[in-house]
Amino acid sequence: MSLTLPAMDLSARAQAARRRNYARNYWPFVIPAGAVVAAIIVLPWVFTLFMSVHEWRVGSDLEFVGLANFRHMLTDERFLWSVLRTLYFTALATFFPVVLGVAAAVCFHRRFPGRGLARTIFIMPMMATPVAVALVWTMMFHPQLGVLNYLLTSVGLPPSTWSYDAATVIPTLVMVETWQWTPLVMLIVLGGLASLPQDPYEAAKLDGASAWQMFHHISLPLVWPHIVVALVIRTIDALKAFDTIFVISNGGPGTASETMNIYLYLQAFSYYNMGYASAITVVFFVLILMVSLVLFSVRQESA
Amino acid sequence: MTGHRFRRAAGNLGFGLAVFALISPAILVFLWMLSLSLKNEVENMAYPPVFIPSPITFSNFIDVFRKNDFLTYGLNSVIVSFSATGIALLLGVPAGFGIAKSRATKAAALIMIARVTPGLSYLIPLFLIFQWLELTGTLTPLVITHVVITLPIVVWVMIGFFEGLPAELEEAALVDGATIWQAFRHVALPLARPGITVATILAFIFSWNNFIFGVVLAGRTTRTLPVAVYNVLTFEQVSWGPLAAAALLVTAPVLLLTLLMQKEIVAGLTAGGVKGG
Repeated sequence: MSLTLPAMDLSARAQAARRRNYARNYWPFVIPAGAVVAAIIVLPWVFTLFMSVHEWRVGSDLEFVGLANFRHMLTDERFLWSVLRTLYFTALATFFPVVLGVAAAVCFHRRFPGRGLARTIFIMPMMATPVAVALVWTMMFHPQLGVLNYLLTSVGLPPSTWSYDAATVIPTLVMVETWQWTPLVMLIVLGGLASLPQDPYEAAKLDGASAWQMFHHISLPLVWPHIVVALVIRTIDALKAFDTIFVISNGGPGTASETMNIYLYLQAFSYYNMGYASAITVVFFVLILMVSLVLFSVRQESA
Repeated sequence: MTGHRFRRAAGNLGFGLAVFALISPAILVFLWMLSLSLKNEVENMAYPPVFIPSPITFSNFIDVFRKNDFLTYGLNSVIVSFSATGIALLLGVPAGFGIAKSRATKAAALIMIARVTPGLSYLIPLFLIFQWLELTGTLTPLVITHVVITLPIVVWVMIGFFEGLPAELEEAALVDGATIWQAFRHVALPLARPGITVATILAFIFSWNNFIFGVVLAGRTTRTLPVAVYNVLTFEQVSWGPLAAAALLVTAPVLLLTLLMQKEIVAGLTAGGVKGG
């Protein structure tokens, strides 16, 4: 008896432990982070919704205005233009990085001497501090003294007005955005290419397929889901673009590069129309969410 | 045979040119930044532009420190980024473990929403809340808002990492009667060290680079480096040399980190397309 008791005790304890562990209670691990996320991410959201149906200016009381802020948006031409501009900027700032990023991924997928270093240099633009590189770009864009117009004219091309003219400012900002974020697309697609099986290529090689045929008929369809992920991420980031636009053109000249994000900033922190800015935030967020949902459903279908 | 070899050499040359074309825009901008920062005012304003500084001058860098509180701003940046990264690791590593193990896809989706939300939409409410709490003018609001960036990055990277770990070791510990906490602390955590490294680097870099929170929430003495370098431009109309020098100083730590840790950074970014802000 005295011999078997500890053994029984042990097995009972092990059983209790097993029961406890099979219940797999992992929520204590998530709760602290969840509480913080609720406080700094969810709470601001609720607050924004609350503010969007109120009017509040510095020095006056909070006033309930219902949907007036949202109605105002429909007649606010400056806002409506900013929406169109955002969509235009987003289309360009998604297309170019994705096309170039896929091409770059195909290049960096190949083994060649110095690949590691070349890849590191290539991803530098996305790691560098956006404000710092935006300032350097601004100096490069200077119409009279800038290095870019010197390079253009020295190869016989006409100089550009870059960010200093309403007609050229958005393409210029798209160029900076492309410079900065093509590497992210490249990395995502490169990850996809690295995970591809090798057999289809060997079979194709035996059948005498050219490099282009292999890319078009094997790599592209297989890596397509990764390209769609890159497309989604790029679209969302282009909609949200702020730092480079703010530093390089600050929405100007005039309002020529005023995207929703910039307009939102001005309404909130230059004009202190907190209620109206909150309403714009809500619309902006709904727009981003809709675009992401559409793109994600495209992803589901293609996967 | 020679024709084949020739075609192959031509192909390699073409490929080399393609790679050069891909990396030259990056090289151009960073070298131009360096060139501007090492030239004196006369050469910076010259047309056609002077590419290689002669003589090389460090006076721009000296100017940055002499005419501005650059050390204060640097210290602010260090405090904010380190605190925000530390807090995010403390909260995010266990959360990533919990989400990965219980396959809580809804929690993961919430993190994805944090990734999608524009930074400005946190700012209006948080700005008002910080004003009411009279916290403006201290570094606390900056640390708190930077956690908005760092926490989703850490959780996102860690979910991916814990999901990739073999479950057997942890399972064995649980069968032997270890509590879930012990299994996490002594089995999963040591295995996850490479993932934690990746999460730390990415969270730190995106916090360091953040501009939007600082530009709204920072006062004169609580500016972080990106905000300071922007204000130098707008309020003091300084010349190109010191401005380029300041820009270079701000981004140098990040560029160095990228060079040294490129493998970890590439691994982390390929996994989930993480980006803050």
